[in-house]
Amino acid sequence: MALTNEYIKQRLTEKFGEQVQQFQEPYGMLTFEAPKELNLKVLQFLYDEADLGFQFLTDLQAVHYPDNKGRELAVVYHLHSLTNNVRIRFKVFTDISTPDVFSATSLFSAANWMERETYDFYGVNFIGHPNLKRILNVEEMDYFPMRKEFPLEEQTRIDKDDDMFGR
Amino acid sequence: MENNVKTDIDTASNGNTAFPGQVHNLPGGGLIISSFNDIVNWARANSLWPLTFATSCCGIEMMSAASSKYDFSRFGFEVARATPRQADVIIIAGTIVNKMAPVLKRLYDQMADPKYVIAMGACAISGGPFFYNTYSVVKGADHIIPVDVYIPGCPPRPEALLHALITLQQKIKAGLTREQIRAETKQS
Repeated sequence: MALTNEYIKQRLTEKFGEQVQQFQEPYGMLTFEAPKELNLKVLQFLYDEADLGFQFLTDLQAVHYPDNKGRELAVVYHLHSLTNNVRIRFKVFTDISTPDVFSATSLFSAANWMERETYDFYGVNFIGHPNLKRILNVEEMDYFPMRKEFPLEEQTRIDKDDDMFGR
Repeated sequence: MENNVKTDIDTASNGNTAFPGQVHNLPGGGLIISSFNDIVNWARANSLWPLTFATSCCGIEMMSAASSKYDFSRFGFEVARATPRQADVIIIAGTIVNKMAPVLKRLYDQMADPKYVIAMGACAISGGPFFYNTYSVVKGADHIIPVDVYIPGCPPRPEALLHALITLQQKIKAGLTREQIRAETKQS
């Protein structure tokens, strides 16, 4: 029997009850969220269960929602079950004033650099990470450049004046 | 009318074959009259060893210029070195980010004098497409090390790189570079 989104949802709800929520299927990909304290338990469950087997962490990154008060930062895990060829997306939300999320490095070695990158750009503090420091930017940098308090367009820019484009 | 036509156009072959001096043929041999500095510069200019330093897509054009279709070994650049200690010229082919800046400075410092720098492409000249809206790009490699020749383009064609290399040769043959003059006046 092929692994279906309904079956994954059923298994998660059996195990975690109301704590896993917001089940969606954008473009057929099962997406759900859980409280940030539970992120390792959910990942471990998905990893260990033989009929699920989500043992490959494809990607890990963050999203900043400045209007989402109290849950501004989302950490997104993309998981792949190689035995079933099914992908799912798992999110945890955190307050930006205390951006502490448990590190997945004990479960996935691949999470090491991905969490460093997420820390580098969004400032998510991964608790338990063995070497949480900037990976792409200079170490002297004292801000997290992908957060949305930084305007997309540089304010000193004058060459994009609408007059030049006939708008 | 013929006298007004400029015959010695600075083509590549012309620039490379001219020996700086006069040959006097005498019975049983000959004499070459020249100045020592000119001969040294002539020798230097015709054997420039580039450092393979490519940080982005301009590097692909540099590889193309090095391979058979464009072949910059025709002008004396064939010995591309992977170590700065054996290189004479560094071609900055690509974007320099803040994290790369100390590495570039260190590579330049490790090169033996006389050393020359070519800034290839918009990124190395000014930051180029990353001039605005960036938190990480150095806006011109000349903020870090002195540049001898700039090549515009995004990326420049291999012909443009060849032209820049020949321009650098002419600059060397013409005498000391700006930076070398500055260094000499500092010593005295």
